[in-house]
Amino acid sequence: MPLVRVEDVKKSFGKNTVLDGVSFTIEKGEVKVIIGPSGTGKSTLLRCVNMLAPPDSGKIWLQETELTNPKTNMHQMRQKIGMVFQHFALFKHLKAIDNVALGLVKVKGMNRSDAYAKAKRDMQKVGLEEHADKYPAQLSGGQQQRVGIARALAMDPLLMLFDEPTSALDPELIGEVLQVMQNLAKEGMTMICVSHEMGFAKSVANEIIFMEHGHILEASAPQKMFSNPENERTRSFLHKIAELYGESL
Amino acid sequence: MFDSVLYILTNVPLLMKGVLIAVEITVCSVALGMVLGIFVAFLKIYGSNPMKKVVSVYEWIFRGIPQLVLLFIVYFGLPTIGLNFGPFLSVVIGLGLCSSAYQAQIYRGAILSIGTEQMEAGLSLGMSKFQTLFCIILPQAVRLSLPGFTNEFTIVLKDSPLAYAVGIAEILKYGRDLIVTSFKPFEIYFACALIYFVLFQIFFYLFKYIASKFEVPGFLITGQ
Amino acid sequence: MSFFTALYKYLPDFGHGLWLTILLTLIAAILGFLASVPLVLGILYGNKLFKLLCKAFITIVRGTPLLVQLFFIYYGLPALGWHIAPFNAALVGFILNSAAYQAEYLKGGFLAITTEQMEAAYSIGLTKWQAIKEIIFPQAFRFAIPALSNEVIYLVKYTSVAYVIQVPELLSQAKFFASDTYFSLQIYLTIGVVYLALIWVVSKLADMLEHKLFIPGFDFSHLK
Repeated sequence: MPLVRVEDVKKSFGKNTVLDGVSFTIEKGEVKVIIGPSGTGKSTLLRCVNMLAPPDSGKIWLQETELTNPKTNMHQMRQKIGMVFQHFALFKHLKAIDNVALGLVKVKGMNRSDAYAKAKRDMQKVGLEEHADKYPAQLSGGQQQRVGIARALAMDPLLMLFDEPTSALDPELIGEVLQVMQNLAKEGMTMICVSHEMGFAKSVANEIIFMEHGHILEASAPQKMFSNPENERTRSFLHKIAELYGESL
Repeated sequence: MFDSVLYILTNVPLLMKGVLIAVEITVCSVALGMVLGIFVAFLKIYGSNPMKKVVSVYEWIFRGIPQLVLLFIVYFGLPTIGLNFGPFLSVVIGLGLCSSAYQAQIYRGAILSIGTEQMEAGLSLGMSKFQTLFCIILPQAVRLSLPGFTNEFTIVLKDSPLAYAVGIAEILKYGRDLIVTSFKPFEIYFACALIYFVLFQIFFYLFKYIASKFEVPGFLITGQ
Repeated sequence: MSFFTALYKYLPDFGHGLWLTILLTLIAAILGFLASVPLVLGILYGNKLFKLLCKAFITIVRGTPLLVQLFFIYYGLPALGWHIAPFNAALVGFILNSAAYQAEYLKGGFLAITTEQMEAAYSIGLTKWQAIKEIIFPQAFRFAIPALSNEVIYLVKYTSVAYVIQVPELLSQAKFFASDTYFSLQIYLTIGVVYLALIWVVSKLADMLEHKLFIPGFDFSHLK
């Protein structure tokens, strides 16, 4: 059974139709990267999966639970889905370690010493143990984002959602975040990423999904997507990206 | 209940007299505050260092002293050394001085946020410092000060009833006169509050309208 | 006798007045803050009815003069059977007034927080009220600290208005002194200095509080 099933999801903001019938599935351990021009609903789609932006119509399942069912306790379900934000969204009044431990104490109800011990291990995973007692404002962008990843990982999620995790970073800092994400993928974490990082997509993704105007235009394995895309729009988009990034795809 | 409303309605003209005086007090005080405030703001930006210190002290004093205390100094205190300004002028001086300190901050903030580049641009076109100030800096400063100025105007309007404490017949005084004869304090004060509230809304929308007239794309003042 | 011997004689009275001023300020500041929290939460997160009530309360209180509010409580309510001592009336008036203003300042703090913070809070499974308590409110409070400490300073100043409803606070004591001894100018100037000193103390305390609560990334000294 797929870990996540998205079925014909539609979402509009006022007159603006952002998602116009999107469907896909993802199996446990798979990594899918969503690419496409800005404003085509990629971030919205991610927010539909953890119901931060509930769809207007369509259904979403996480394993056997239908997330779009109003009876579902989303606060519980969100513990199983981790999200990493474009602008990090760290809790600025809390130290890094507090950010990571908060969910464990307040949501999972762990006692403080266990929670902080686990938080420390999660921060080690992203390589930031020495910075545990720093406030977000004292960390670089790359470090903040890694804390964001640790915070999401601390909840032991089944699935990780990444919303353009490196778009707000200075170029030199992108690498450290991508490294963490690659390690996660190698360890078998199920990931849905919205990203422009083609190198990352090529090396780690099982499937690349190209979205435009609220539709999935094409979805295929990286080799096929980059060397022989079927759709004309996909081709021109990838061409533009290749020019920007100077990569030969 | 009905007769209370009727009573208030028949005495509206009397209360309106009070409104006129309240508005007069406010406008005069704010005007005095504006003149002094602009002067003080300029001194703080362009003045010499000792001058800046003097201005800081001025601001600190007139932002720190309670309006009522200043009113008492001017109206009750000064006559003992021969300076008798009378009730209306005393209130205007008192409220005006206090307001000037706050307005100075508003104008200084507006001028400073315009940035040195504007001045540099004006000078590089061959304009004199004064010309640049007048044609380039000032129009922008006026727009940027509008929200703060509107806010200050409402604050002074809210302080105007203090004039009652020095015996000026404004809204509250007429209200009290009515109460003495009617014994309906609850309804009358309610009506006074309502009148001030309406006055407020009138000025609020008036300033909002003025601000929208001044608006220029990229220089939004309303909707802050 | 000279001004200073007279002053010395009246020192106990002034002590009492000063004490009332401080008491009014502190209680209004603290209880006003406690009352402002449900107000601001009501405006931002409450259901439609509560939101409307809170908004109405704040608009009315901020849209009418403090003096009128005090009159309403002290002179108006007794007509309905609620007799209330001057000090208590002043206390109620100041608490309600300050609550409305503090709610607005807190609201400003809330609005300075990005939606991403709430999303991030949800994404780790916090409920709405958990998120508000753990994440949003602590940050909003820190953003609002400059405005809130200004409010305490305003309170010190505005306690003088309680004079008009016969609370024997500092300014009232000065008036009694002046009518007994005729040293009007001297005493009002002295009182003015006392208020300035009070405000100086409050702003130093506020600075200390800010320093204590300081977290890197929340540097808002530029907002003063």
